[in-house]
Amino acid sequence: MGRSDQIRKLVSKAAGIVVLLAGGLLAASLCFGAPDNPSRLPSIFDPRSTPSKSIDHLSYFVLSITGLIFVVVFALLIYVVMKYRKRPGDEGREPAQVYGSTQIELAWTVIPILIVLVLFLATARVIHSIQDAPKPEGALEVVAIGHQFWWEFRYPQLGVVTANELHIPVSEAAHATPTFLTLLSADTDHSFWVPQLAGKTDLIPNRVNHMWMDPYETGIFLGQCAQYCGTQHAKMLLRVYVDSPEEFATWVRRQNQPAVLDANVTAGRRVFETTACINCHAIEGTVADGRFGPDLTHLMSRQTIASGAAENTKANLRLWIQKPDAIKPGSLMPAMQLKNADLDALVDYLQTLR
Amino acid sequence: MSSDAIAIPSARTEARPWVEVVHEWVTTVDHKRLGILYIVYALAFLVVGGIEATIIRIQLIRPHNDFVSPQVFNRMFTMHGTTMIFFVAMPVLFGFANYLVPLMIGARDMAFPRLNAFSFWLTALGGLLLYFSFLGGNGLYGAGNAPDVGWWAYAPLTAKTFSPGPSSDYWTIALLVSGFGSIGTAINLVATILCLRCPGMTLNRMPLLAWLNLVMSGMVLIAITPLSAAQIMLLIDRYLGGHFFDTQAGGSATIWMHFFWIFGHPEVYILIIPCFAFMSEIIPVFSRKPIFGYPVMVGATVCIAFVSLSVWAHHIFTIGMNSYANSFFAITTMAVGVPTGIKIFNWIGTMWGGSIQFKTAMLFSVGFLFQFLIAGLTGIMMASAPFDWQLSLSYFVVAHFHYVIVGGILFALFGAFYYWYPKMTGRMLSERLGKLHFWLFFLGFHATFDVMHFAGILGMPRRIYTYEPRPGWETLNLIVTIGAFIQGVAILVFVTNLVYSYFKGPKAGNDPWDAWTLEWSVSSPPPAYNFASIPVVASRRPLWDLKHPEDPDSRYE
Repeated sequence: MGRSDQIRKLVSKAAGIVVLLAGGLLAASLCFGAPDNPSRLPSIFDPRSTPSKSIDHLSYFVLSITGLIFVVVFALLIYVVMKYRKRPGDEGREPAQVYGSTQIELAWTVIPILIVLVLFLATARVIHSIQDAPKPEGALEVVAIGHQFWWEFRYPQLGVVTANELHIPVSEAAHATPTFLTLLSADTDHSFWVPQLAGKTDLIPNRVNHMWMDPYETGIFLGQCAQYCGTQHAKMLLRVYVDSPEEFATWVRRQNQPAVLDANVTAGRRVFETTACINCHAIEGTVADGRFGPDLTHLMSRQTIASGAAENTKANLRLWIQKPDAIKPGSLMPAMQLKNADLDALVDYLQTLR
Repeated sequence: MSSDAIAIPSARTEARPWVEVVHEWVTTVDHKRLGILYIVYALAFLVVGGIEATIIRIQLIRPHNDFVSPQVFNRMFTMHGTTMIFFVAMPVLFGFANYLVPLMIGARDMAFPRLNAFSFWLTALGGLLLYFSFLGGNGLYGAGNAPDVGWWAYAPLTAKTFSPGPSSDYWTIALLVSGFGSIGTAINLVATILCLRCPGMTLNRMPLLAWLNLVMSGMVLIAITPLSAAQIMLLIDRYLGGHFFDTQAGGSATIWMHFFWIFGHPEVYILIIPCFAFMSEIIPVFSRKPIFGYPVMVGATVCIAFVSLSVWAHHIFTIGMNSYANSFFAITTMAVGVPTGIKIFNWIGTMWGGSIQFKTAMLFSVGFLFQFLIAGLTGIMMASAPFDWQLSLSYFVVAHFHYVIVGGILFALFGAFYYWYPKMTGRMLSERLGKLHFWLFFLGFHATFDVMHFAGILGMPRRIYTYEPRPGWETLNLIVTIGAFIQGVAILVFVTNLVYSYFKGPKAGNDPWDAWTLEWSVSSPPPAYNFASIPVVASRRPLWDLKHPEDPDSRYE
């Protein structure tokens, strides 16, 4: 019985491994073949900026070396398991008792040391090239501030303040305009992660961190907070709009304008200015100057609300004000308990903030 | 051997009132009973931690699921991590060490039996305190329940501002208390191994299991103390107006990270080294060969222990350390791979030329080798700091450390269960159920944790209670959840096997595996005080010498 039974099991194990590898390849193809649209996958193997690109190169190098080690050791293990199984004739006989071999053990100490050295040198080079990169003239500076559970973005050179959707210019080879981020936190730890543009860096209270990116392609790049920051860590989403220089200039011009004052929606504006909204939110040109929540001066220039948790539509806006827990349970936005008429007026007003 | 030194009580005594039996177990200072208490206690928590994992996986089976609220989900992953590390892995390994070390070195008990009992009950109290938070966490403020700050409890989430009420205090005090228990056990193991070896058992002849537990205990003494210190500082912050980690008053969040990981990384080795110890006993016996390169195995372990004390910041490559610090922690981390690789090669060297018997214990050992190899290689990937800036805090990391803890530690532990259960109970575990357990668990493990790597590569961060419907994420998470359920079924098979075999399993006899270390020279289960007369040994494999007088090991060592 024993032997054929064991062979069958080994075959089934081998088959299992083949299935796993096939599954791996399938998943790998998902990682690499990203569709070309706004909802593209934030795969780390689909880089669109220098830091993520050099990490991508380093990863292939590390993956091929570790892959090679895996193949060699795995083959060795399979060989040993197949070759030295107990055979029917072995009954009652012990194999040769071998206690060790200095030469062999020396070999499998020295070779790994050499491999480690090579891996380290490759790694140190990329660490240096990313972390110690000089900031060129013409770099855009952005201060990113993590809040529970949203992102505040300030452009000190441009006087722009916005939230959750970061706009940066594409960096062309001829005229590099990389973006340098200064990372701060207003409360707990957060982490800025847009896999296609750069590795992640944490936003830590009482500490100033830096990172940079120079996307060479326009588009929307998705990411989210990567460091657990409290109840709604999951819906602290992040998107980066990489604009062409012209689009970016237009965006900045519009962001620099004061809030729209539409005479048709004064009722809604009154509601906004006379309720607790103004404690947390700011709208340029009104009495509202709260800084605890996102700046709403150009609310309608953003495609999402609640840090990416919902599309910026009229219905969602209404729901968000009336019952934030329906969209993002545990967020720090309170339910405003407004009468229906006030709520409608308020939403109408907010919808004019282009 | 003469047996007149101690009267050996018969293995089975007549039925006694249950109160008396319970009283005996509660007041015991016998290393074997305390070992079994540790193991049973850990198994109970394994089931609890497993249920928490299942809740996590049901929630993540599809995007925007609302099986549990975010608050509950955050408590679940906090409790799952804390439970599995501190109240499953640590106690179960201490349990095996307690049970086996005195037997393997020819001692009658641990050096300090009452300290031993005290340590166990401290650990037990810690676990109960942690779980009492579900009831008592509301406290005066009505603001908490079980802790929800993650098992690292990063500052400033644990500050009063972000964690009002006493929920995170349960986390702090539970671990502080059980930490003292761990330190007690570590002191005990060091003293036992250094002072109570039987005549002839020089350090050079000690079974590797004893050697590795000695190293592990040394690491416990070094590593647990920074955690305890940090936790005391946290309590001072929360209740006495300190500002160590209170960022709103100028404290430092990163100092907590450093303190935690100075404990946290050696902790991984505290858990894996005893598992190396199991492998170093099981693989030789089922390959019918002595361990390949005994001195190198000891040296590599000591080397791992030292180097692993200098790698902690690879857990926090993303906090903005400068490029020199990042490079330093990259190379130290990669360097750990060298002695670890030596160990894997030496186990394969042990099997080479052997006559391998695939009993369930050996199947789990080969599973261990395979998975630990992959875990080590993904570890090397993340030691490469820039690669880690992408992989850290993502599902790739979750996959990596579960490969270590489940694929490595848990597989090795299952091997240890199948190998030593006959010694502990006098009954064999069922091989049929054992093999079913192995294959189910192997399948479930790979369905769950292989797939998680890809979710991380596709940008899915860890610790999120829900996710957006993105192509890839949905399918991957579905497979992961299915795998988790298969693992759950496998655990049920295992528990069934433990219970069924305890009553119905075939009698084991003293030495069912034809093994070579001293625990197999006494009855199963061993008598109180283990050895009627203290054995005398002349080599690393005393029972081999006894079975092969014509060709004893002592001739070659």
